Amino acid sequence: MIGVMLGEAWHAMGANRMRTFLTMLGMMIGVGAVIAMLAIGQGVKDSVNDSIASMGSNLFIVVSGSTTSGGMRMGGGAAPTITVGDAQAIAELPSVRASAPVIGGTAQIVHGSSNWSTSVSGVTPDYLEVAAWQISRGAWIADSDLRAATRVAVIGKTVADNLFGDEDPIGQTIRIKQSPFVVIGLLEAKGQALDGRDQDDIILVPLRTAQRQLFAQQFQNAVRNIMVQAVSASAMPQAEKEMNELLRQRHRLREGADDDFTVRNMTAMAKMAAQTAQLMSMLLGAIASISLIVGGVGIMNIMLVSVTERTREIGIRMAIGARRRDILAQFLLEAVSISVAGCIIGVLLGIGAALLVGQLMQTQVVITLSSILLGFAVATAVGVFFGFYPAHQASKLRPIEALRYQ
Amino acid sequence: MPAGLIQIRHLYKQYETAAGPVPVLHDIALDIDPGEFVAIMGPSGSGKSTFMNILGCLDIPTSGQYLLRGKDVGTLDHDALASLRNQVIGFVFQGFNLLPRANLETNVALPLLYARVGRSERLERARHYLQQMGLGKYCKSLPSQISGGQQQRVAIARALAGNPSLILADEPTGNLDTQTSREIMDIFTRLNTEEGITIVLVTHEPDIAHYARRLVRFVDGRVVHDGSVEIAHEGAMA
Repeated sequence: MIGVMLGEAWHAMGANRMRTFLTMLGMMIGVGAVIAMLAIGQGVKDSVNDSIASMGSNLFIVVSGSTTSGGMRMGGGAAPTITVGDAQAIAELPSVRASAPVIGGTAQIVHGSSNWSTSVSGVTPDYLEVAAWQISRGAWIADSDLRAATRVAVIGKTVADNLFGDEDPIGQTIRIKQSPFVVIGLLEAKGQALDGRDQDDIILVPLRTAQRQLFAQQFQNAVRNIMVQAVSASAMPQAEKEMNELLRQRHRLREGADDDFTVRNMTAMAKMAAQTAQLMSMLLGAIASISLIVGGVGIMNIMLVSVTERTREIGIRMAIGARRRDILAQFLLEAVSISVAGCIIGVLLGIGAALLVGQLMQTQVVITLSSILLGFAVATAVGVFFGFYPAHQASKLRPIEALRYQ
Repeated sequence: MPAGLIQIRHLYKQYETAAGPVPVLHDIALDIDPGEFVAIMGPSGSGKSTFMNILGCLDIPTSGQYLLRGKDVGTLDHDALASLRNQVIGFVFQGFNLLPRANLETNVALPLLYARVGRSERLERARHYLQQMGLGKYCKSLPSQISGGQQQRVAIARALAGNPSLILADEPTGNLDTQTSREIMDIFTRLNTEEGITIVLVTHEPDIAHYARRLVRFVDGRVVHDGSVEIAHEGAMA
């Protein structure tokens, strides 16, 4: 029975191909838009989540604040107000697990005939864990390297690729601002940061080495920033409060004076970014699903026309024994067929559109099976919902009147 | 007394219109036994078409009784009426009423589809009846590809497919030429005499009515004649 009805639905759809195609177009666009939007939204969400995972957990960054110099207010971080001493003091706080001061800047790196400009940071051994780095090969900076200010370097994947190509960088010597450094380790790749920066374009050296040999400071012991990891997510508000108090005290700021430092809660910022991505993805999906409703109305419209056109056929079927539910099932199946056929094409269009957008905008797109299944479920539901009224109208026709219809 | 196929007592039918109820059939009483061949005549507006619709379970009487094989049709719901039309009655219409997009065997098999007969048996029986009507080689053709007389034979095959005890034919030769009309009427006669199928036929042509063995004439919603077909011509002239 279902087989025959599917066959009849196919025939009815084929009888007026242009009309069927135009009716399906609404569903195609709707499903295509939903699939594409979900894929793009999921891609954004995934890349945000990847960045967050690569950032380290329960993380603060303390940077120098604005200072006033000769009546001129300087931007945040312009004057070095935070020091290695601040970092050490923060590490002692009960709600803080570790703190890692960072100094650095940009430098030209040379190895053999290759050279590369990248960010060079002087860090302490704690930095590895606070910043959630992994060593993929070789060794990490040891306490002894820090104390002795040895010229060793751990390099990111982008730097390794650009300087060494296929060569093994471990044990090789590179020149940073003319000074020779031995590469002792290679960092595991992290990919893009939330702001799109390449996190792997980096060289890490011992803090004291950087202070003494690379970035001679105007102010002794000043650092670019301090990365601080709280003991737990729930300890973050407490840690923020303690750090603010500690730093104000250490910097001898009077009551009412502005902070000369800024504590940024990186984890909260990341969460917000993830929420924004999630919201955007849902919003795009919601907008796209409006076109599904429009498509459904198109199906309903054409099914009403079809029922009117085929009134006589309905009368014939009833005269020779079709029950009301047979007629209902036939027209409902036809509406669902149009809807699902449109959906199949729509899924393909949506996948194509998502891949195209991913290519053009250089963003990640993720097409999930669940979004495709969702597309089919919604298309079927739309077909049933918008097909029911016309099918019900058809099944309610009185056989004699339907037969008399010209 | 053998149970009649059709027993009608005090049957009234009126249509509700904006101007009030319009009576169409007035106190009809009629019995038709299995195996009869009845012609129904009457001027237009006499109620014969309404009567045929009620006989065919396409419409129900306003009051009175219509027993089909002993079952009171007036008390049945839509599904039961559909199943009577499917199992007991075969329709042949003036305008053939075949589904234009379906091929002939699909058309003939349609009543069997609604009787929930399996696919292979459906098509086998459809081909059998098409063959019986001399259309065996047109199984896959569309109705538009064959002549009117052939289409009417397909309609008869479709009526026969459900294995009915009653065939209702509403002006079956109205759209056909004399020669083809004669062929169609010969088929009805054969079905009546050889297969014992009861046939009720509406016509306004006395020549066609003569194929029947009993004539019922309607005028103004009443039966004015029930009996011999010999007076068919007189009535037509009156």
